[in-house]
Order: sequence, then structure tokens, then C-alpha cells
Amino acid sequence: MIVYLLCFALFLVGLYGVLTKRNLVKIILSLGIMGYAANLFLILVGYRNESQYPIIAEGVKQAPMVDPLPQALVLTSIVIELGTTALLVVLALRLFEKYNTFDITKIRRLSG
Amino acid sequence: MILPYFIIIPLLTTFLVTLIAGKKDNWAIVLSFISVTSLLVLSLFAFITMMNDTVSYELSTWEIPYGIILVMDALTSFTLVMVSIISFTSLIFSIQYIRHLSMNWRYYALFMLLVTGMNGVIVTGDLFNLFVFMEIALFSAFALVAYGSKAEEYEAAFKYAVMGSVSSVIILIGIAVIYSATSTLTMAKIAEAIPDLSRELVFWVGILFIAGFGLKAAVMPFHTWLPDAHSSAPAPISSMLSGVLIKALGIYVLIRFFFNVLGAPQFFTQIFLVLGTVSIIAGVFLAIGQWDMKRLLAYHSISQIGYILLGLGIATPLGILGAVFHLFNHAIFKSLLFYNAGSVELAIGTRDLRKMGNLNKILPVTSQTSMIASLSISGIPPFNGFFSKLIIIIAAIQAGLPIYAVFAIAGSLLTLASFMKVQRYGFRGENMIDQVTNKIGWRMNSAMIILAVLCLLTSLMIVPGIKEVTLDPVVKVISENSEYMQLVLGR
Repeated sequence: MIVYLLCFALFLVGLYGVLTKRNLVKIILSLGIMGYAANLFLILVGYRNESQYPIIAEGVKQAPMVDPLPQALVLTSIVIELGTTALLVVLALRLFEKYNTFDITKIRRLSG
Repeated sequence: MILPYFIIIPLLTTFLVTLIAGKKDNWAIVLSFISVTSLLVLSLFAFITMMNDTVSYELSTWEIPYGIILVMDALTSFTLVMVSIISFTSLIFSIQYIRHLSMNWRYYALFMLLVTGMNGVIVTGDLFNLFVFMEIALFSAFALVAYGSKAEEYEAAFKYAVMGSVSSVIILIGIAVIYSATSTLTMAKIAEAIPDLSRELVFWVGILFIAGFGLKAAVMPFHTWLPDAHSSAPAPISSMLSGVLIKALGIYVLIRFFFNVLGAPQFFTQIFLVLGTVSIIAGVFLAIGQWDMKRLLAYHSISQIGYILLGLGIATPLGILGAVFHLFNHAIFKSLLFYNAGSVELAIGTRDLRKMGNLNKILPVTSQTSMIASLSISGIPPFNGFFSKLIIIIAAIQAGLPIYAVFAIAGSLLTLASFMKVQRYGFRGENMIDQVTNKIGWRMNSAMIILAVLCLLTSLMIVPGIKEVTLDPVVKVISENSEYMQLVLGR
């Protein structure tokens, strides 16, 4: 149970960062932390107590295995997050070129 | 088996455009035009031939508990037709518009990637596969919003990307929760396992999904990214985003998940009712004060999405009929209005309603079609918007929810008022502009005319006889919610 709570705490750290930070780079980092929390949660969902890695090989004693599907899902979601983060970093760089600042309170030409 | 081609064709076109087109933009245009035309033909064919059937396709012939399946029923093919019509006209409109912005094959590659993502979300029957296709569509949407490379566009794209990523993380957590409880990701298998689950779990999954997909659909408390993103994008992309993206990624998934998988629990349809009504009223009040034409249209998207949610929240077959019909109609008239805004911007270089005027002399086609679209969105007979709003209002009264009907009527009147403002100040304004900086070519005009004709033609879908073959199968799929699971699993 305590692991799930810690995972939730990690998610909240990320959410807090997205909502309160003013620096574009810090917002991107906080988004990354939120993503890690979701991935960690998926891994925790697949974990079984006292079980093996899910590979069937000769000479290895057959025992209960952890669920391999969430691990595959996490790989996919890590790749997706890599893409999103790269896109966000490029957008932040272009915003810096245009406004000469990373502070979101100064990047406000859209309104209403 | 035509199902996988809805993903293969646009994805292959993306690949070919980047590979072959290189520096020759005409090839990119030809390739993507062939692709969207074949998608339109295929989706119409699928809709006509597979009216009441549910077809599923197992990728690489892995059977259901192990592999990913694609599912096609009436709701799927109906939404595919909507996406194909709008992407077809948007592409025709883009040819001149994007050439003016910057002559670039990258636009067409991203455009086809956007179509891939939306088609994938619509045809898939697997929850995680849906997440992946959703991310593909969002990637290309972020990049296309920033396509004009002005400061405002980067700002809007960054805002959209942050909000989109947060909602994706929330959806991923929802998928993890539901996987932990059911040990499957196939939506039909989840639907089978739902009755055995505890009510708290269904409640939390529902809340996570309403937050996640509600943000994609820009329902009222989650709407803040929409006006910026949709007004900053190039006009054909605005019409893709406002016309179909928020529906394919937001409303379609909400329908599929809450009606076909969870079985339309009362608690969540109540939430739909309230969120829908709040969106109708707040969206229209925010819209009426805007002077930027595209921003005004973007706020109206929030309000019209509210009508669709209200119809779904009523959850009687009549309410669902209204919602589905409005889904289609809104795609058509909102896309048309964004084309009008784009062509005015291209012709006289402004989006500010106060600086426009005399447009029915210099831009006759744009001004006539915008009149049709304005009448459509404000619900004036005989245009399509009137019939769908009328059905939703009648359904609300029949279901014993007269207060929601009053809100819907009030929203419609305020919509009429704000579009009278567009017509009065914008298209028939006092500024005597007598020359255009860029001529509007026949391609842009024909895209607008096609949609203006459709504004009239789609109101025929409600005529008895045509209604039985177009809208009724879709309503049947949604309202008989457990049928989906039985048909897909073949029981």
C-alpha cells in the first residue's frame, strides 16, 4: 500500500509543478515527473509478490511470474513521452527566440 | 476486409510524402489528395454496405484476449464519414491557403498524420491502442497549431501541448486502473467484466476518463486551451481541430466508453447533463464579446459541444439521436465558418470584425456561404442545425428536464445574436474596402460551396425513410449499450 501512496505523491509533485511553476523548462520537467508516476503505477499494477521475471527458459524453475503486459505498455508510453518532451522543448526554445524569456507570466500576447 | 486500410492509407501517404515529395510540393498535394479521396470513398462504402453489422478484425490474426482488434459498427463508420468529408474539403482548401503561408510538403505529411490518428482512435477496439493513436493525432495537432511560426502560435501550441500531456497522463492512469481490475485492454472484454466490479472502482475510472477525455473535447471546466489553439492554427487546421478532432478524440471516446463499455450509468449521464449545460451557456457568453472572428468561432465550439453532451446526458434514444445528428452537423457548419474566416483573412488580411466590411461585394462566395453557415449554427430552418437542436430540446422536455431545455433555447438565441454581430459588423460592415490583397481561388471557393450545400442536404437525414438508414443504426449502437460487447465477442 505504501508504494502506491508514494507513487501518488510523485504524481502530485508533478501536478503541483505544472500548476505553479512559471518557468517553461520547469513546467516541462514537471510534466515528465507526472509521466513517470503514471509509468510507475503501471509497473506496480503488474507486480506480484515473490515472483519471477516473465521469461520461460530451459533450466529455470517454473514459478509465478509478474505480469509482462504493463511492462510492454510502459515501454510504449516512455517513447510517446520522449516525443512529447522533445516537441515541448522545441516549442520552448522557439518561444525564447520570440520573447527572450522563459517566464510564462511575460508570454501573454493571447488574451480573452 | 477494408478496416485496416483506414489506418494504412493515411499512414502510408505520410511516409510517401516525406520520402518522395522532398522538395516537390506538387507531389505531396497529389498524393494526399488521392489518399483523402480514397478514404472518403471507402468510408461512404463502409457506411452504406455495413449498415447494421458489427465487424471486427484481429491484427496479425492474434485472437481477442492476446491481440489488438479493430471494430467497425454503425457509430464507427458514421464518424469515419464525418472525418473524411472534413479532411477532404480541408485539403482542397489548404492547397491555396498553405501555399500563401509557406509552400511546404511538411504540412501535408502532418495533415495525413492527423488523419491517421483520428481514424485509428475511431476504428480501434483496444484501450491502449486508442491511447497511442490519440497521441499520434495530438502530436500532429500541436505541430500544426505552431505551423505559421509566429509568436502567438508558439504560445498557443505550448499551452495546448501542456494541457494535452496532462490529460494524456490522467487517461493513462485510468487505463492502468481498469487493467488492474479486469486484466484486459480489449473494450468488449472490459464491458463483459464491468458488472462484477465494485462500484467505487467504476466511479474512479469514470472520473479519470471524464477529466481526461473531457479535456480533449474542451468541455467547460477544461476548455482554456481551445480558444487559443483553434484561433492560432491555419484556417484549414482550425476547421479540422474544431470540426472533427475534438469529436473524434473527445466525444466519440466518451460515447464508446461510457455507453458501450460502462453501460451508461445514471451517475455519469447526470454529469454529462450538467457539464453540457454549463458549456452551452458559458461558451456562448464568452463568444459574444469577441471581436476576433476565429476566436469567436472557437468559443462557439465549446458551446456546441455542450449541446452534444446535453443530448447524450438525456440518454433517451431521442436525445442520443439529437446528439449524433448535431455531432455531424456541427462538423459541417463549424468547418465552413472557419474556411470563411480563413478566406477573409487571406483576402483582406484581418480577422478583426471591426475592420471588415463590404465583403458581399468583393468576396461574394465567402459571404453567401458564411450566411448559410451562420443560419445553420444559430438554428434557423431549413438548415441542419435547426433540426438537431430541436430534437435535443424536444428530448429534454420529454425526459422531464424542462430546465435544461430552457437553457438550450437560451443558448441558441445567444448564438443567433452573436452571429448577427458577425454578419452585421463583419460581412456587411460599414468599412468600404474595395480591393483584396489576395484573390480567393476556385479551390477555396469550391471547398466552401461543397460544405454549404451539405448544410442543406444533411437536414434531409431527419426525413423518415432516410433517417432509418443513416441515423437510426448509430442510435441503436449507442442506446443498446451491451449489444456492442456481445457482437464483438461473437456471442
